[in-house]
Amino acid sequence: MRYLCLIHAERTYEDMAEDEAVPLVREFRRFTEDLRASGQYLGSNRLLPAATATTVRVRNGRLSITDGPFAETKEQLGGYFLIEARDLNEAIQVASRIPAARHGAIEVRPVAAPIRLPGDPEPAAAEARARV
Amino acid sequence: MAWSEDDAERMREAVESVYRAESRRVLATLIRLLGGDFDLAEEALHDAFTAALDRWPRDGLPSNPRAWLVSAGRFKAIDVLRRRARFDASLAHVADRLGDGVTEPEPYDDEGIADDRLRLVFTCCHPALPAHARVALTLREVCGLTTEEIARAFLTAAPTVAQRIVRAKAKIRDARIPYRVPSPAELPERLGTVLQVVYLVFNEGYSASSGESVTRPDLTGEAIRLGRLLTELLPEPEVMGLLALMLLHESRRTARTSADGEIVLLEDQDRALWDRDLIAEGTALAERALSSGRIGPYALQAAISAVHAESPDAASTDWSQIVGLYDVLARAAPSPVVELNRAVAVAMRDGPAAGLALVDAILARGDLADYHLAHSARGELCRRLGRTADARAAYRRALGLAKQEPERRLLARRLAEPAAGSTTTG
Repeated sequence: MRYLCLIHAERTYEDMAEDEAVPLVREFRRFTEDLRASGQYLGSNRLLPAATATTVRVRNGRLSITDGPFAETKEQLGGYFLIEARDLNEAIQVASRIPAARHGAIEVRPVAAPIRLPGDPEPAAAEARARV
Repeated sequence: MAWSEDDAERMREAVESVYRAESRRVLATLIRLLGGDFDLAEEALHDAFTAALDRWPRDGLPSNPRAWLVSAGRFKAIDVLRRRARFDASLAHVADRLGDGVTEPEPYDDEGIADDRLRLVFTCCHPALPAHARVALTLREVCGLTTEEIARAFLTAAPTVAQRIVRAKAKIRDARIPYRVPSPAELPERLGTVLQVVYLVFNEGYSASSGESVTRPDLTGEAIRLGRLLTELLPEPEVMGLLALMLLHESRRTARTSADGEIVLLEDQDRALWDRDLIAEGTALAERALSSGRIGPYALQAAISAVHAESPDAASTDWSQIVGLYDVLARAAPSPVVELNRAVAVAMRDGPAAGLALVDAILARGDLADYHLAHSARGELCRRLGRTADARAAYRRALGLAKQEPERRLLARRLAEPAAGSTTTG
């Protein structure tokens, strides 16, 4: 099963001095390499600070654009890891090893299977088995 | 051979007694066999007992009713899945896979069954579930209480409890909380969550947080049953410590309230009413837990309770030993409530002035400002020191915070009393 580990933290690298940021970057690299080696890594990205965010809505056909993230909180979404794990226990175990877990918080969300509409082709047998 | 009404009645009773003894074990195993699907397993359990009511009167009681029920439940579940598969093709292979090997009888081992019950406990108490849902789910699935019984015990509306259980099961299924006993590395933390659930159930039964009566024996009974089950399945020192603590508390239940439902404080209790069998069992368990060398907060609290249990009255209690145990407890599990209890023990050992200084220091930090027992302890110590006005102010504060009716009446009685002792406020 796939889980998205969302990294929420008060500070990003942009807020850190070099002597704090550099060891943390190294630690994130090591963690990512470990995750690749164990076959649990599916993808990851770091996001620029929430100050760069723009929120877009369309209401009654009218576009509304506001500055800032969707939810203004002290901790901001700073990045994510998409992982493969057998179950929630394994996902929690991986999330607890993300270096940012020590100062921020990791939200672990199961990734949903695509919704099948009538007329969609049958999912491949292998995929169906993986979903069970 | 014709069945008489009596035979039919006897068989119904036999099935009912098997249900009481085995339904939770059968459910625990069915959940595992059905890939962690709680709802399917519950449906299968129900179907299996329906089949038993039909078959056992004709064929007689099977030699191993539990194995019979597990096997019947599994077949019924496969039927259910095959029926559903007609509407959802992706389920077909699930039914096939579950059906694999069903033709030959399942090898049956009791150790595996014991593991299933632990799996069930650890899944219901998973830290990824909200705390109130852990309690509701454990009482529902492990203890077999109905939603209505749980709602009554916690003074909650039944639909609220039902919704918590439904949401918890949905999260178990969708986020894939595994049906598994934690690995040794995870065990200490996960066991802590389980013991917390058991102790929460016990405390709500032993000292209801609100409502008409002081105790709810149904909940203390369920918590002790859970404690016994865990001690049998996983005899870790803290598991024994918690069971010991619950048994020692429970031993005082009849002495804790008067005939008209009023609270009787520890020092005023008729100790002849304390249950000696529970005390003996609890004390022995506490000693086993303490002798393990891995001493945790539950075993320490049990030890404190055991010191009270062996004392003929409050005055001859070994308060020095109790203060010493609180010192260790405060290091093992620091909390303002532990400090408050320690302060009361110090008051018994060194006099009310020494205890009051400690209570005031805790309150000054603001930690227990909204905790009614901190203010009632302060009131009691002031009363003993003859500081009537201070005592009354503290009791009034406590009365404003207390939610349980008998506790409120005790505080109201204290407020109505003429100045205790003969000294007046200085």
